[in-house]
Amino acid sequence: MATNHDPDLPAPHDEHRRNFLKQSSLLTALALVPSAVVEAAESKLDERVAEAIEKIPLSLKINGKKHKLKVEPRTTLLDLLREDLHLTGTKKGCDYGQCGACTVHVDGLRVNSCLSFAVMHDGQEITTIEGLASGDDLHPMQEAFVKHDGFQCGYCTPGQIMSAVACVREGHAGSEAEIREYMSGNICRCGAYANIVAAIQDVKSGGKKV
Amino acid sequence: MNQFQYVRPTKAQAAIEAVAKDPNARFIAGGTNLVDLMKRGITAPQKLVDINRLPLKQIEHQGSSLRLGALALNSVVANDTQVRERHPLLALALNAGASPQLRNMATVGGNMLQRTRCTYFYDLSMPCNKRQPGTGCGALEGINRMHAIFGHSEQCIAVHPSDMSVALVALDATVQVSGPRGSRSIPFADLHRLPGTTPERDTNLEPGELITAVDVPDSPFTKHVHYQKVRERASYAFALVSAAVALDIENGIIKAARLALGGVAHKPWRLTAAEQVLVGQPATEETFRRVAAVAMQGAKAFKHNEYKLRLAPNALIQALKTAAAA
Repeated sequence: MATNHDPDLPAPHDEHRRNFLKQSSLLTALALVPSAVVEAAESKLDERVAEAIEKIPLSLKINGKKHKLKVEPRTTLLDLLREDLHLTGTKKGCDYGQCGACTVHVDGLRVNSCLSFAVMHDGQEITTIEGLASGDDLHPMQEAFVKHDGFQCGYCTPGQIMSAVACVREGHAGSEAEIREYMSGNICRCGAYANIVAAIQDVKSGGKKV
Repeated sequence: MNQFQYVRPTKAQAAIEAVAKDPNARFIAGGTNLVDLMKRGITAPQKLVDINRLPLKQIEHQGSSLRLGALALNSVVANDTQVRERHPLLALALNAGASPQLRNMATVGGNMLQRTRCTYFYDLSMPCNKRQPGTGCGALEGINRMHAIFGHSEQCIAVHPSDMSVALVALDATVQVSGPRGSRSIPFADLHRLPGTTPERDTNLEPGELITAVDVPDSPFTKHVHYQKVRERASYAFALVSAAVALDIENGIIKAARLALGGVAHKPWRLTAAEQVLVGQPATEETFRRVAAVAMQGAKAFKHNEYKLRLAPNALIQALKTAAAA
């Protein structure tokens, strides 16, 4: 490969070119319109907004590792994990809090990472699917999903497993009905529900530390 | 999503000032509704005031009521021993709402301030007087299966989506509010508005006013309660209709009753006239059927939600029977 630059991102020189075009078109505009209009237009420029809205420092502990970051306020926790930190185990399904594929634990509570701005978690501890296993030893819930075939396509699986671990820890895995109710925030379009419930019941009755 | 400024005050006064002086600023707590609305471009605040560092998480009994801090999580409130013992109806309603993940994010204050899930409100290509005043109501002549049968107007027929609020209005809760001009209390029944000609306003809160707590008064409704939620799948869906029932029964006779419906109006719908009919009556299905008929007086359906005229009284009767047998 001639370059290690990501083909999906604009090349650095593209960025410069875009800024040059913006600036030069602004200069053209300045020459043509009365000063009052220019002032009004100037205050609406994207560049001005970008200047005013700085990246915000953020400290997170993710899967046991401390991170010192700077993020734009509109970055969701999900996008921070996937796009900035390349922890792509956590999946983006609906991105609107309806499917549960993005489920992670924040300070021990399962949440939808797509519906939360990363900056709001400063100082908190995040656990993703990557943080569940100990080295090469799978977490009991991961083992149980394999054993019981708790997935087909696998896209919802990280969210299912994070939710399932919390379901057991919360004490909401007492019966099949209770498991189904407390796993209702995780949708599986393949319909692996019966096997997911079996996996959770297995872990619940298995006696291993969850 | 548009860019915005983010501030995280640690004092309520600073948070209130930040929102009161800037019409484009909004409080954010759990964010489960606001982030969704911002992603879809339905709302675009230029500044978010994160209130999660304010000390508003406590749940404590004070005098003759249980005070729920505005930032107490829905999951924490639903599992709280005092809530379960003193106000089991509230715990039932909270656990009927959303998913475990969302209940771990959503707060008491945010739950009651969530916006309607009317599909026309959510669809930017459709008219909606709530989203954009003056554009018309798409639901009025549209697909209005999910919509109101009580208290609607020509301008808006949307319903309020909160389950928690249906229990709180039944339990005579009071909302504690702090604003730029001091603090005040709002009876829960007066927090939300009917749409009238101003459907863009969901509540009677003034700009910059911050909900700090909700007080739920002690009551005899600790045993005979039920929250009946009817939805299109077994769990994790908004109510088509829901019914909150709290009864005080002695020797088979109803001494006091609190009733409310959800999914039927622009606000949680308290049924005070029907409650009065219950008092002094035997807790029997015959009584409950008469009461349900009273509850439905004044209901008016649209093309696609006529089923609610039968579903709502049936849900209420079912909730009354279950509560009486509890």
